[in-house]
Amino acid sequence: MKKSKLQDPFEQARINKGYGEMNDQDDPVVMLLCHKDVRKSAHNYKTFISGATPGRIVVPSEVNIRDTRQVPFELDPPEHGKFRALVEPWFKRPLQSEYQEQLKEQIYTAINTVLSTGTVEVVNEFSLPIQSHALTLLLNIPFSEAETWISWGTHVFRSEETALDGDKAAILYDYIDEQIEHAIQHPGEDLYSVLLASEVDGRKLTKEEVKGVMVLTFAGGRDTVINAVTNSIAYFAEHPESLERLRNEPEIIGNAVEELMRYFSPLTQMGRVVTEDTQVCEHAIKADSRISLCWASANRDASVFERPNEIVLDRKINPHVSFGFSHHNCLGATHARQIMKTLIAALAEKVDSIEIVDYKENVEDLDEFQRKVGYEKIHVKFNSLTK
Amino acid sequence: MAKITFITSDNETHIVEGDSGSVMELAVNNGIQGIDGDCGGVCSCATCHVHVSPEDISKTGEASEIEKDMLELDDNADAYSRLGCQLAISDALDGIVLRVAK
Repeated sequence: MKKSKLQDPFEQARINKGYGEMNDQDDPVVMLLCHKDVRKSAHNYKTFISGATPGRIVVPSEVNIRDTRQVPFELDPPEHGKFRALVEPWFKRPLQSEYQEQLKEQIYTAINTVLSTGTVEVVNEFSLPIQSHALTLLLNIPFSEAETWISWGTHVFRSEETALDGDKAAILYDYIDEQIEHAIQHPGEDLYSVLLASEVDGRKLTKEEVKGVMVLTFAGGRDTVINAVTNSIAYFAEHPESLERLRNEPEIIGNAVEELMRYFSPLTQMGRVVTEDTQVCEHAIKADSRISLCWASANRDASVFERPNEIVLDRKINPHVSFGFSHHNCLGATHARQIMKTLIAALAEKVDSIEIVDYKENVEDLDEFQRKVGYEKIHVKFNSLTK
Repeated sequence: MAKITFITSDNETHIVEGDSGSVMELAVNNGIQGIDGDCGGVCSCATCHVHVSPEDISKTGEASEIEKDMLELDDNADAYSRLGCQLAISDALDGIVLRVAK
């Protein structure tokens, strides 16, 4: 029962000092580990800013592979609020029943496919296609476009050899530039066209701002969704009783999604740049240095969560920060939650059991900490409920 | 059965009735503007923030510690703030007036 387990590597440091330290490309990061500090600092956008050099608040830093500012992600209030208000209704579309029906069809098709196949490599043959197909709904573009994204492989910025791969990132940026040009020539009802027609402060969005929203949408929702889906499959493989419970009690699916998101914390951390000398956990932090909000650690804080290292499917009170917190909370959360709800409902309905054949863990190297975030590869066999 | 009044940020009044679930679910099911309930009611998202009318505080009671910690970081919060997901609907809530924060 430990193949699907995600350890909490932060526990000792969180209890003993409350922070960790990571040297990331000579731009060190003080990682905040306690739930309270993480939420407070996420809320304090004046001391801990997002609107720094593009790419700098991401850990590992993307300053060397990206010039485009991700929007609204790398802006601070009040600028941030204008762009956020502009894009928010679009990103709430997953609440519409038509969207949900289409997503359901995609996910049921994916599950039927793996049920009729022998051994499946989940990351590349299940999670990546689900994520890519669902993204066509979020962008409101033809289903077939997903084939291009699937062909890029699992990581947009990372390759197997390096944590950051500029050549791979360029594929995405060039692709988005092309799509924006296409939407200018042929406006439609897709996200590119909607953004190009939108206004902020009485002026049209620039191409660069449109690109910023699109890069955020592609990059922010790729590894994260893939890890959430893959980790769910590994968990249900080792916990068939949970699948059975969800089959009998579909009313707890919402709670289960939140709990799995807490436990998996698909995005380990997000950085901020410090604007003034300050201190956190009695540790001095200098202006123009970086902190990170370690969501994965905050989500295991025993002062907030009872039995933090267990998945309690129907956890009632669950103030997790897997989708971030405060101003910058995840723009794609509605979409991600809908994928997870649909996936769990479909697994409960169709799948009897899942066998793990072999796997290779995806472990992030955070200097002081090594954190398993998911799998590089995991082969499983899905067994149908109705044989 | 509890009759609950929501006043939205554009000053529209909506009176709705419920007998089970939470105030957040009641609001979402009735399309009350400003109550999203993104996390489904586990006290994680604060998108169901309401201000209870001062005279109704005795009916709703006070926020729990985890709820208070959440509200503490909401710029619009005051002494009458509650999260709708943490208010279970019962006859005790009949007649209360809630002002939607967002």
